[in-house]
This record gives sequence, C-alpha cells and structure tokens, in this order.
Amino acid sequence: MDTVIDIKHLSKSFGNNEVLKDVNFHVNKGEVVCLIGSSGSGKSTLLRCVNLLETPNGGEIIYKGKDILQEMKNIEAYRTHLGMVFQQFNLFNNLNVLENCILGQIKVLKRSKEEAIKTATTYLQTVGMEAYVNARPNQLSGGQKQRVAIARALSMNPDVMLFDEPTSALDPEMVGEVLKVMRQLADEGNTMLIVTHEMQFAREVSDRIVFMDKGVIVEQGTPEQVLTAPQHERTKVFLQRTTS
Amino acid sequence: MSLEWMFSIVENNWHLFLRAMGITLLIAIVGTIVGAVIGFIIGIIDTIPKKQTVKNYILRVINFILTCYVEFFRGTPMMVQAMIVYFGLDLAFGIDLNILTAGILVVSLNTGAYMAEIVRGGIIAIEKGQYEAAQAVGMTHFQTMVYVVLPQVWRNSLPATGNQLVMNIKDTAVLSVIGVNELFFQAKSISGANFRYFETFFIASILYLIMTFTATRLLRYMAKRLDGPQAYDKKEVL
Ligand SMILES: Nc1ncnc2c1ncn2[C@@H]1O[C@H](COP(=O)(O)OP(=O)(O)OP(=O)(O)O)[C@@H](O)[C@H]1O
Ligand SMILES: [Mg+2]
Repeated sequence: MDTVIDIKHLSKSFGNNEVLKDVNFHVNKGEVVCLIGSSGSGKSTLLRCVNLLETPNGGEIIYKGKDILQEMKNIEAYRTHLGMVFQQFNLFNNLNVLENCILGQIKVLKRSKEEAIKTATTYLQTVGMEAYVNARPNQLSGGQKQRVAIARALSMNPDVMLFDEPTSALDPEMVGEVLKVMRQLADEGNTMLIVTHEMQFAREVSDRIVFMDKGVIVEQGTPEQVLTAPQHERTKVFLQRTTS
Repeated sequence: MSLEWMFSIVENNWHLFLRAMGITLLIAIVGTIVGAVIGFIIGIIDTIPKKQTVKNYILRVINFILTCYVEFFRGTPMMVQAMIVYFGLDLAFGIDLNILTAGILVVSLNTGAYMAEIVRGGIIAIEKGQYEAAQAVGMTHFQTMVYVVLPQVWRNSLPATGNQLVMNIKDTAVLSVIGVNELFFQAKSISGANFRYFETFFIASILYLIMTFTATRLLRYMAKRLDGPQAYDKKEVL
C-alpha cells in the first residue's frame, strides 16, 4: 500500500511543555484516519506539525519518500499537497467565496484564472455552495463557511485532506451538512486525516482510528478494535467519558 | 460684523482664497497619501517574522531607526517640525527646498509617523487564522501580506486615514511659519491689508469646513465601495 505521509519519532514542546512524545504513525493513500483523544492530548498540534504550521522539535515527516524536515527550503510547495480545514473556518475575509477558492490556485499553483475558476466551481458543487460564489464570508452561516473552506482546500487538488475539528465551532443544526460532505469525500476515496470529537462519525467513515493521550499514541486500529474492544485502560476511560 | 464687508472681501479676493484652498488641499491630500504609503511600509517592515539570522540583525537596526522617526514626529509640534525640515535641511545638507515641497514633506513625514502606528496595530489585529489559512495553501509571507492581510488592514484603517486627511487640511495652517501660501497664511495677509480680521477669518473658517466636510463624505463613500454590495446575488443552480 502507498504511504503518503509517514511520521517517525515526532516530538514537539512548547517551552518545557512536552506536547508530542515520540509519535509514530502513517497515512496510506485513500485511507481515512480519525484522530481522537481528550482535550489537550496534542491532536491539533500533531495535525499542525504535519503541515508545518508548527515546527516539530525532532523526528521525521516523510512525504512520498522524502523527509520534509531535512529539506525545509520549499515548505510552501509541500503545503500545497495538504489541504487544511480549520475549526474556525478561516476564510479570507477580504475575498468572496469564489475568490477564496481560486487565490491559492492562481498565486501558488500558477494556474490560469479560467482553469482556477473551473476547478473551484467543481468543488463548490461538491460541497453544495456553487450558488454562493459572490457571497462574502461574513454573509454566510458557519456550516456554509466550513463547506467553502473544504472547497478551498480541495481546489488545490491535495494528496491528503487534514481536518481539525471541522464541526466543533458549529451550531448543532449545521454539523450534519458538513459531516455529510466529509462522508461523501471519504466515499470518493480521498485520503483524509481528521481530528474529531464526533465518535459516531468516526466509527462510520474511518478505516483506522488513532487514540492519543498526553502526547502519545496509545492505540490504533479499525473502528471496531479501538471503539468496541479497546485494549488499553486509558482508551476505555476516554470512551466511557465520551459516551456517557 | 458686517455682511457687506464679507461680500466685498470675497469679491475682491476670491481668486486668492481659491488658490490658497488649492494649496491647502494639495498639501493635505499629497501629504496623506505619501504618509499612508510611509505608514504601510513601516508597518510591513515592523511585522516581518523575526528569525535568528543576520538579516534579522539588519532588521533590528532598521526598526530602531524607524522607531526614532515615529517618536520624533509624534512627539513634537508640526510647527517645530516645519522649521527643522525647512531650515535644517538647508543648514545641514545645503538642500534649499522650495517652500511648497517643504510643506508637503513635513505633512507627509508627520502623517507617516501616525499611520505607521495605525497600520502596525491593524496588522496585529488580523486574526492568526487568516495567516495560517494562507500558509496552508502554500502562500509565502509576502503573498499572505499582499493578498490577504494588507487589503484587510487597508479597509480597516480607512476611517483613521480619513481622520488624518481632515486633520491635515486643518493643520496645514501651521505651515504658515515657513511661509507656505495656504489658506491661513492667505487670510492673514488679506486681513492685514483690510483690517477686517473677524470677517476675513470667518470666511476662511467656512472654507475649511467645506473642505473637511467634503473629505469626510468622500472617504465614507470609498469605504462603502470597498465593502461591496450589502447582499450577494444567489446564482441560479440547475
Ligand atoms: N502555541 C502554543 N503555545 C503553547 N502551548 C500550546 C500551544 N498550542 C498548544 N499548546 C499546548 O499543547 C497541548 C496540546 O494542545 P492541542 O491543541 O494539540 O490539544 P488538542 O488535543 O487539539 O485539544 P482539543 O481537543 O482541546 O483541541 C495543550 O496543553 C496546549 O496548552
Ligand atoms: Mg485541537
């Protein structure tokens, strides 16, 4: 199986707070991996290390056979292969929906404007936001913003989509529309790494679930293995707390 | 106060008043634009991410010089700045500035110092998420600033820039100390000849008001234009 991202012995500290300790894991092509764990366990930090929004203190990030941390020169090019979706959406406030989806394509990937618009339109259709191309971020609901953010990331045609709690900032009635889009992306065979607190969703879409606690990966496996028959005490405690 | 006097002052001097208004506007507008440019440049340099490199050392020196500039122009009266720029440049470097150029230079430098603070604050106020989203699609720091951050800073600092323009229209009056022929200077010289101080300056005050009022409205219109339509049109989807 093709490994897209392989993480070896990754560590990260903020000051003397060791947030990630010797983390090892990988994401295969076409795989959907959900990262779960209690608040403060380092899930976001791990995800942000993967696209270098945080600089790891040690370890390796192997992308298509190359250690990215050794070749820090072209971080920008590396990042175009990863699509990031943030909890707070982070749409560019000065641009409308379409402009949000074509800016990176034109300025970073150097695509022509026509091509960029075509690609953006395709993905805006995927997320059901093609009618809103002229809207500005402040004119959209949270669920709509997040769907545009997903389309913006997809428009770069990344190899992996990274999601950091994409539904945590949403009102409950909008969670469904975003999860539906993500489910569809998973079904289409996209490679996805998702940090989430939505256990039911994780169970349904994941090929693999990774449970983190206090900066280490405690266990990982299929949804059945991790959620139904967890091996470790810490996983059991976490699952009890989230289901009750 | 007599209305007849006012009419006769306007009748006899309208071309002088108009010319002086033109000079006041020229200095205020050019000064505000150049000042805004200076402010943006300083704000941008000031917020370049600091890394432990040699380049960083140079940046620190530049930042120190810029801080001195900002403190000087914010901390001294513009009247004094005018004297220093006009006479000082001549004394120190033998540069004999044309009075109008000196006036524009003083207002530009003064506005630049205030705008630097406004822009710096504006850049800092942009949410971290905007930078991160831009980085995540692979943009460089420079691209992030140009396409995402600065347009927002520009929009957010437009009211403050408008304020600066209004202040500059009024504050050009102090340039009379170096003999710039702006509205206050002109009113002084007209009233010196006719001895109708109140009437002449009353007319001048009306003219200042017309200019500041128009400037405020124009800038508000600009801000509205930048914001785009209140509502978006939803496209037909088949
Ligand atoms: N920029 C930062 N500076 C200092 N400490 C940080 C920073 N970012 C995260 N931390 C710390 O790192 C630890 C892990 O944070 P992280 O955000 O990765 O957790 P998380 O698993 O994503 O939690 P949550 O479920 O609440 O999002 C926390 O103790 C947090 O306080
Ligand atoms: Mg988090």
